[in-house]
Amino acid sequence: MTPTFVNIGERTNVTGSARFRKLVSEGDYAAALSVARAQVEAGAQILDVNMDEGLLDSVAAMRTFLNLLAAEPDIARVPIMIDSSKWEVIEAGLKCVQGKAIVNSISLKEGEAAFLDQARKCLRYGAAVVVMAFDESGQADTRARKVEICERAYGLLTGAIGFPPEDIIFDPNIFAIATGIEAHDNYGVDFIEATRLIKQQLPHARVSGGVSNVSFSFRGNEPVRRAMHAVFLYHAIAAGMDMGIVNAGELPVYDEIDPALREAVEDVVLNRRADATERLVELAPRYKGGKSEARQADDAWRQGTVAERLSHALVHGVTTHIEADTEEARLAAARPLEVIEGPLMAGMNRVGDLFGAGKMFLPQVVKSARVMKQAVAWLLPYMEKEKAQGARETAGKIVMATVKGDVHDIGKNIVGVVLQCNNFEVIDLGVMTPADRILEVAEQQGADAIGLSGLITPSLDEMVFVASEMERRGLRIPLLIGGATTSRTHTAVKIAPAYPSGSTTYVLDASRAVGAVSALLSPTERERTMAQTREDYARIREQFAKGQDAKSRASLAKARANAFSIDWSGYAPTRPTFIGARQVDLSLEEIVPYIDWTPFFSTWELVGRYPAIFEDEVVGEAARSLFADAQALLERLIAERWFTPRGVAGFWPANASGDDIVIWSDETRTTPLARLHTLRQQMVKTDGRANLALADFVAPRGEDWIGGFAVTAGPDVGDVAQTFRDKGDDYSAILLASLTDRLAEAYAEALHHRVRSELWAYSPGEPFDLETLLAERYRGIRPAPGYPAQPDHTEKATLFALLGAEAAAGVRLTESFAMSPASSVSGLYLAHPEAHYFGVGRIDRDQVADYAARKGWPLAEAERWLAPILNYSAGA
Amino acid sequence: MSIDPREGRAGRIAELYAAARARILILDGSWGVMIQRRRLEEADFRGERFAAHTLPLKGDNDLLCLTRPDVVAELHDLYFDAGADIAETNTFNATAISQADYGLEGAVRDINLAAARLARESAELWRARTPDKPRFVAGAIGPLNRTLSMSSDVNDPGARQVSFEAVYDAYREQALALHEGGVDLFLVETVFDTLNAKAAIKAILDLADEGLEPLPIWISGTITDRSGRTLSGQTVGAFWHSIRHARPFAVGFNCALGAELMRPHIAELARLADTLVAAYPNAGLPNAFGEYDETPEETSTQLREWARSGLVNILGGCCGTTPEHIRAIAEAAQGATPRTPPSLNPALRLSGLEPFELA
Repeated sequence: MTPTFVNIGERTNVTGSARFRKLVSEGDYAAALSVARAQVEAGAQILDVNMDEGLLDSVAAMRTFLNLLAAEPDIARVPIMIDSSKWEVIEAGLKCVQGKAIVNSISLKEGEAAFLDQARKCLRYGAAVVVMAFDESGQADTRARKVEICERAYGLLTGAIGFPPEDIIFDPNIFAIATGIEAHDNYGVDFIEATRLIKQQLPHARVSGGVSNVSFSFRGNEPVRRAMHAVFLYHAIAAGMDMGIVNAGELPVYDEIDPALREAVEDVVLNRRADATERLVELAPRYKGGKSEARQADDAWRQGTVAERLSHALVHGVTTHIEADTEEARLAAARPLEVIEGPLMAGMNRVGDLFGAGKMFLPQVVKSARVMKQAVAWLLPYMEKEKAQGARETAGKIVMATVKGDVHDIGKNIVGVVLQCNNFEVIDLGVMTPADRILEVAEQQGADAIGLSGLITPSLDEMVFVASEMERRGLRIPLLIGGATTSRTHTAVKIAPAYPSGSTTYVLDASRAVGAVSALLSPTERERTMAQTREDYARIREQFAKGQDAKSRASLAKARANAFSIDWSGYAPTRPTFIGARQVDLSLEEIVPYIDWTPFFSTWELVGRYPAIFEDEVVGEAARSLFADAQALLERLIAERWFTPRGVAGFWPANASGDDIVIWSDETRTTPLARLHTLRQQMVKTDGRANLALADFVAPRGEDWIGGFAVTAGPDVGDVAQTFRDKGDDYSAILLASLTDRLAEAYAEALHHRVRSELWAYSPGEPFDLETLLAERYRGIRPAPGYPAQPDHTEKATLFALLGAEAAAGVRLTESFAMSPASSVSGLYLAHPEAHYFGVGRIDRDQVADYAARKGWPLAEAERWLAPILNYSAGA
Repeated sequence: MSIDPREGRAGRIAELYAAARARILILDGSWGVMIQRRRLEEADFRGERFAAHTLPLKGDNDLLCLTRPDVVAELHDLYFDAGADIAETNTFNATAISQADYGLEGAVRDINLAAARLARESAELWRARTPDKPRFVAGAIGPLNRTLSMSSDVNDPGARQVSFEAVYDAYREQALALHEGGVDLFLVETVFDTLNAKAAIKAILDLADEGLEPLPIWISGTITDRSGRTLSGQTVGAFWHSIRHARPFAVGFNCALGAELMRPHIAELARLADTLVAAYPNAGLPNAFGEYDETPEETSTQLREWARSGLVNILGGCCGTTPEHIRAIAEAAQGATPRTPPSLNPALRLSGLEPFELA
């Protein structure tokens, strides 16, 4: 079993947060709501709301805040913990929440009758309860008292009034330690040990606590407090603590705490030595205000001039001293802008040169950008003070967007950062951006160029549409196209002709972006570049037209006659262990071993196979450093539970019917539940090879089954990345996104393994060996709609409906059938030993017409969705 | 009827549980369409008792329990004849809050008592006619025209038109009268705001404090559109976690959607809920004239598939369905094995707009 720790957001508490108290008492509920939103965005899975303040009408404040919160879907999606020491406030809260909340708290303080009366009311309102270890004689401080009270409360609740034990959460009181009073020294241990016993002895009950109490005596020394919280939680969670009221997003990782501090804190928390408190008190000031990171071993570069130091920091991506150095430069300069235009731009130019020369690589460049952003952020307030002095000159203004219907943005974000490093101003409109908005912003802002990105094939059409809209609205600025499915050919053949008055350019990857944009915006090279591109693209169109004639296709009838034939009489299919869809949630820990790192490096434009890439003469160092950062981030996101991977898998009775696969509602195989459509290869085959379609791998009659799945690294991974971006840390944002893409793929791999060995169980006892897995040397395949074996993305709709994927896994389809969040994977499961991957390749009119009829589409619609694989030009 | 309508209820409840284990039960269909077809006039609604009432009463269908009991009784007969196992009392709007529109807050208790009596009488008649098919009466508790989770003022998202206490009191009055009138179970239906339903649940559960016999509770939510959420924003899973404390006899969805669009949400609920699952969709989606034109065959063909797929324990019809629909649905469900509710592992299950589970 994997322990999952639940973060309860603590900031919406008037007793714990001075800021929140001020906002509520001033009636500024809009700002108070933003505190709640920030907690949820930072990963709080439950929101603790507390309005216990002497000068406040707590009942009214609770009611007002919860009613307002109900109107904010991004906050109200999480359950509420109604926190008060007054029952009337709790009851007022219970009357405002439609969801199932947690009451925090009730106790035996006033005796059994009051306790049971309140618990019964919680049952009737439908709420779980936190029970404090508090009885008629006071709050429990020792392990024995804590356990004794919790056992008594548990007995009363489950016995006398039938309270479900799984809805009971005990709070065995976290008290301040290291107070200098000897009696307090063992409080940490008492809590941890009580937790262990409660979890052992009281089935299904949970343990929670207010963590920040433990470090109360170190108020004012946040680094030490955070270290105490991390160490305390580390041990309490190991003992079985399930949830805690914490400042979501602000906990350091246990392993990353400075070892000297960690040991001292651990001595205090675990009460390991008599002088533990003294030692921590002595050590604490050293960490106060400063960073507890270990000092850089090589500090020689600190001896240089401020310009040299800034340049070094940019090239090496070091943020440690950037604010101090920037401030030093600012004081020496006449105007803050000169710092940017002088030493900082000089440093970035060096980065640009090194990158251009292949001596720096993308991950390093993105890190440099992070340093640059921090420096600029430091200068910004000073620059605003002298606003009159005009804006800084940039190399150009670029509007960038992932087009409507598409959610993929790693590549676009990398390009954006690289452009920024080269002094371009980038206006990033994010994902799923309608054409109208892109063009409106471009017009309003007077953009110098537009960059479009997309990953799935329907985005290609959308890009053509944006191009034609640019033409219609009379824009003349350059259009740049990039993204995984885009190509020079498609840009030349489809997009450029839609924008005849302007210039359209395909950009292969981030390393080409600066060159392409600079050339297009340069007054001297502009005309020549555009003319060259026009000429190139005209040639590509010609070649493409020729290629069109050359590819001969077999007729659909012929292709079908040459289908892949399986001797079904000699095949005994395995019946899956269940029929229908089921949520199969794997934890991050279960998924991580399945990560295939090679594509991770190629996202960052580092070419080479993992792990040999580390020894690569050219990119080895960059790869090692990127990998180290990725590992650190991975550890943090696992330890702090930034998001929860989710998945669903399903199996159904199925039979092939022509090139379709009919899914039956039950084993009588009489009522169809759904119909999957597959496409057949039409290339002319020789030497006995078949014209494949996925339907060939499913038995046409008799018993056979098909499976399907959808998984995501976490429905809210995008929000976490955004939090980094909001802090100006694009490097971590992109690193996270590239990592979560890998986690989604790893999830798919892990789930497929589980399907083969346990859920469908046609290969029970298959060993785990990553090499074998990645080389796909196992039985069965998991082809995905939108990929070569079935290029039609719309088939995902059928699959998602069967799986109930949105509800079960939190993955949605956009209007272009992209999966949102982007870090998601879906597909079918086919189990026959001879099932294998293939590419459908180009298909001819006869099959498109046939497919349209099967899908119930007009021909034009089929041609639109299948545009990338048509062997003819539609409409011709 | 001179006998106490509550008499023998414990036995009927036991029969209800047994019947639900043995087969898919059938609920009756729409009342709106059937009453509309009678083309009743203002005078029918007023009867003698409200002849001098100051407000127009036409359209207050629940009032017919007092003023045209013959119409209500006939409709119960038609639906039982069509094969319904369970009749809903004609009390969808019979609360002080909803009746305030007609100025009839004072008639609420009488409407509910009469409605329960009419349904029970019809059920007794059909029990006698078909002793192997016992008939049951569900006390219908509707959603109210005031909502607790949504603002009544676009400029103030915190504003509410009604308080939890007022909603609770209204439901309590209705539930008490239905209980006294002899219904066999409560049907809290067309729930588009889960907080309203939670007030109804609390009102019903609190009746036990007065020594009243606890009755089975059936809770039926409404997924309003393709987003898969209730009007108040909850997903299917969140809705289920929010009302599970009622330990409902059955949970399900009705109204807003026809069978085709309702299916995925019922399938989701069937996967989650460790109790009986019930569905009574509309007869498709309304056409341009606001009429429902899915035929009995069309509706029942889809529900037949649900029954065969083991998705449901109770089927019926909502807006636009007629006795013909119910007859076709009853035939379609005939012989199908009712769904076996899954047993859930104990886990902390909470919800906001979305479900939370700590397993």
